Amino acid sequence: MSTVTADPAPGRVGLPTKLRQSWDKNWSAWAMVVPVVLVLAILIFYPLINGFWISFTNQTEANQLAEICTKSITGGEVCKENPNAWSFVGLDNYANVLSGKVGEFWMWTANTLVWTVVGVAFHYGLGLGLAVMINRQMRFRGLYRVLLVLPWAVPAFVSAFAWKFLFNERFGVINEMLGWVGVDPVAWFDSRWTSMFTAVVTNIWLGVPFMMVALLGGMQSISDELYEAAEIDGASPWQRFRAITLPGLRPVSMTVILLGTIWTFNMFPIIFLVTEGQPAGQTEILVTGAFRAAFEGLRNYSLASTYGVLILSILLVFSVFYRRVLRKQGEVW
Amino acid sequence: MAQMTTTPPITAFSAPPPSEAPVNKPRRGRRSIVASIGLHGTMIVASLIAIGPIAWVLLSSFKPGYAVQSSELTLVKDPTLANYEYVLFDTNFPMWFLNSVLVAAFTMLLGIFFSATTGYAMSRFNFPGRRPLMMVFLITQMFPVAILIVPIYTIMAKLGLINTLPSLVIAYLTIAVPFCAWMLKGYFDSIPNSLDEAASLDGCGPFRTFWTVILPLARPAIAVTGFYTFLTAWGEVAYASAFIQEDEKFTLAYGMRQFVPQFNPQWEYLTAAAILVTIPAGIVFLFAQKHLVSGLTAGGTKG
Repeated sequence: MSTVTADPAPGRVGLPTKLRQSWDKNWSAWAMVVPVVLVLAILIFYPLINGFWISFTNQTEANQLAEICTKSITGGEVCKENPNAWSFVGLDNYANVLSGKVGEFWMWTANTLVWTVVGVAFHYGLGLGLAVMINRQMRFRGLYRVLLVLPWAVPAFVSAFAWKFLFNERFGVINEMLGWVGVDPVAWFDSRWTSMFTAVVTNIWLGVPFMMVALLGGMQSISDELYEAAEIDGASPWQRFRAITLPGLRPVSMTVILLGTIWTFNMFPIIFLVTEGQPAGQTEILVTGAFRAAFEGLRNYSLASTYGVLILSILLVFSVFYRRVLRKQGEVW
Repeated sequence: MAQMTTTPPITAFSAPPPSEAPVNKPRRGRRSIVASIGLHGTMIVASLIAIGPIAWVLLSSFKPGYAVQSSELTLVKDPTLANYEYVLFDTNFPMWFLNSVLVAAFTMLLGIFFSATTGYAMSRFNFPGRRPLMMVFLITQMFPVAILIVPIYTIMAKLGLINTLPSLVIAYLTIAVPFCAWMLKGYFDSIPNSLDEAASLDGCGPFRTFWTVILPLARPAIAVTGFYTFLTAWGEVAYASAFIQEDEKFTLAYGMRQFVPQFNPQWEYLTAAAILVTIPAGIVFLFAQKHLVSGLTAGGTKG
């Protein structure tokens, strides 16, 4: 960072005064921010633009080199132009993907929407319910809190394996428990929606603790006086919950719902490891589908990038819309 | 609190009303017995669901293979440490473990450092470019692995970093730092500015103020940040499977897949490995958990 904090050369003539003043005042702030900005620029924005560009080409693993080099007998290298090198194809990828000619974009989108909406709804609902309960004085409160947050400490891929194990057709606990109530074992991964169900359950289990902790934090910042005043006015618990707790939680709720939606939308390991797209790719979500396009079979980089651009567009539209709704309601954020 | 009367749009998702308790935070003893049973009953069921899968994997990890893959379910059956022995001594697991520890530790240390300095700058200085930067940090959360992974792979290949652990550290930092900086900025906002002013009157520069005054106060948030970064690195799958090609350099997330091939999965080894993998995360978690609520609050409310 020392390179950036170099002497701001006071009094240099010709430099616009405003800029210099800003530099004098802010150099330390910029110095603190610069490393992160640099890394983000190199590893997020350059790749983003690059990925954008690749989505307009037909680049795959096979044709990505512009030259093919072969070792000659003498030991030197001979390079020839690759006759099948990739080329610019315009919007072909988008047309192919959106028309369903290549891949299963619409099915994957449907899966992703179900996956995200159900996941976030349960994360938030259960997280809120548990936070409300654990926010009270009660015995063993600390213990409950640790136990309830525990799933957060388990790495996602371990949870994925654990749940795949629980849902196992032949010796899984869940089929066994269904047996106790007289239900036949279910072949979870043999049909689209049961398979999706296993992934969604896993994801819900994994995501509730974060919501609970965030909402609990939000609740603790609501002043007790409001509750006391409401009680004196004779408000019922339900009224107090609706009139004080929920509005008080708004800023936290808005942030965690937005983040939760984005995270769930792009949640990779659960689908990748629990359903593995079974049966026959019918439970793939957009992110895992794109990953498979890029790194399995013939590595179709351009196709993967096309999916990436589409995913990003969906999320951007959602966020803009979401922010607009918030702003209409007078939210500062 | 001005909009207290507006109905928030989130009501649709809200949990059942806390109808039984008389007040939000009643003193103990004011709750009826029925309400107590209801409350503790719910908490116990929820806790069981939370720890159930982990407990089941733990129990299974001590069973021999035939008992794990048997349709007859028992809590304990011929307990043995054979699975752990196999995983620890007959596979590359220790290697993967070491790789994961290195990657996660470096990601955590660098992640805390970068997100703390950035968060502090965003909280204390109103420099031009601050607001756009906040937006950028939020937007980076939206970038799917799918669009970045191929170009990042190409960059890493050009730098000769493919199949090395640093490539993973760098990739994970880009995931964790924006979010953590955002969260820490919120937390720093809640630390009074007067402390900075006092420090600067005492002759501290911005860096010293940050290091000696603000950082110690931000311990809860730093703990949460560290926890989050560690877990991000410890559990990431996509980059790990794309960048690393040699068995010896795998991290746990990818290496463990070898225990569950499509056909003939070896669940007994997987369960043992799963427990071993969870232990370090659990230790980090124990250190962080006291701070989780307070550390996340400010970030969430003031983001």
